[in-house]
Amino acid sequence: MCLALPVRVVELKGGDMAVVDLGGVRKEISLALVDGVTAGDYVILHVGYALTRLDPAEAERTLATFAAAGIDAPASA
Amino acid sequence: MKYIDEFRDGALARSLGAAITREAAPGRRYGFMEFCGGHTHAIARYGVTDLLPGNVRMIHGPGCPVCVLPVGRVDMAIEIARRPGVILATYGDTMRVPASGRLSLLKAKAQGADVRMVYSTQDAVRLAEENPGREVVMFAIGFETTTPPTALAIKQAEAKGLANFLVFCNHVLTPSAISHILESPEVRELGTVPIDGFIGPAHVSTIIGSRPYEFFAEEYQKPVVIAGFEPLDVMQAILMLVRQVNEGRAEVENEFTRAVTREGNQKAQALVAEVFELRREFEWRGLGAVPYSALRLKDKYAAFDAERRYGLVDRQVADHKACECGAILRGVKQPADCKLFGTACTPENPLGSCMVSSEGACAAHYTYGRFRDFSRKSAAGGATP
Ligand code: SF4
Repeated sequence: MCLALPVRVVELKGGDMAVVDLGGVRKEISLALVDGVTAGDYVILHVGYALTRLDPAEAERTLATFAAAGIDAPASA
Repeated sequence: MKYIDEFRDGALARSLGAAITREAAPGRRYGFMEFCGGHTHAIARYGVTDLLPGNVRMIHGPGCPVCVLPVGRVDMAIEIARRPGVILATYGDTMRVPASGRLSLLKAKAQGADVRMVYSTQDAVRLAEENPGREVVMFAIGFETTTPPTALAIKQAEAKGLANFLVFCNHVLTPSAISHILESPEVRELGTVPIDGFIGPAHVSTIIGSRPYEFFAEEYQKPVVIAGFEPLDVMQAILMLVRQVNEGRAEVENEFTRAVTREGNQKAQALVAEVFELRREFEWRGLGAVPYSALRLKDKYAAFDAERRYGLVDRQVADHKACECGAILRGVKQPADCKLFGTACTPENPLGSCMVSSEGACAAHYTYGRFRDFSRKSAAGGATP
């Protein structure tokens, strides 16, 4: 029920609607909850609506944190 | 798929597990509650607990919208669906939730009620447009993630002048449920459910932001780490919680920065505030009546409110006697503690709500982890108490 997925916006349509790519499947969703989305952006899709935009730079930063956790010594004693 | 696969990498998961093992102090136990069913599902599906040391325990919380729907509200939905001329539109997950008298929406449908599964509230509005002679009632359930889509549907119906679109509102709020758990007698009683910190919701937080958790990190002195729903997100959040506990901190941290900000989605918040207001209290399955924990339609939108239009009154109905969902939702018991687990109660034939949705603790445990607990128990038994 709470499952939501990152999807790529392929094309903007009128009336707050957009076509997204969901692992090869195209689907029409609503962008009514998020302003300023453009084609190529990633959004989090839930029950037919984009909940928010996904920030690619933050995603990279988080992945770098995962990689560092395996190498770093404990942060403090 | 991009932004999914990278967050499921097995080698990284093992190195995060090693980091948690290294940093968790051997002499102490850590109990963390994942509030959301989405996290419960990820933990069970990817075997996250297998990568944790025996002294780090995950406790499942009540954050599964289907699981917390009380029997009485499902009974009311069935009553609505059986009204002549009504089409009840619902998300698929609610279809098999057990109601009174061995009923469910699925069975009511088989008996002739017009219940339609929809993917989105937009589909429900469309149904109302296509069936002008019928009343279409959206069985609206869920946390802060599904509330804005319901608000939008109401606004849309208003704009289109659809007098035959109604909402049966069951939207509930996350922060009040977390406070309620921390104040419940079982949890307060020291030692019963040692919760040292919370993994905060992923998608709920995209809407409400990280700010609402600051109050209770402060008030209850419990760390909160907001995390995405992929297994590496959960592992990283556990590591961050271990560090907070070790350092004696109780702060709100955000692991899910790729989608969650402190302020959240303000457009969605404004929309919800315009359409909905707080209920004085609302019954949660397993938690009882929780003050100010749910929403209803404002007077301005009364015309769209199924409860008002049909004069429905709340009713309280007890759960199946042997069902332990209540204790499980508060983290006091585990699925395997229930006598009915895997025997009388299975995902195909659920007796309690925790067995219905794949995010429910019992269903997740049944599907992915039935035998894992045995090895966990012996591992925990070997650790220093
Ligand atoms: S196994 Fe079934 S009956 Fe037992 S607690 Fe879980 S949902 Fe309830």
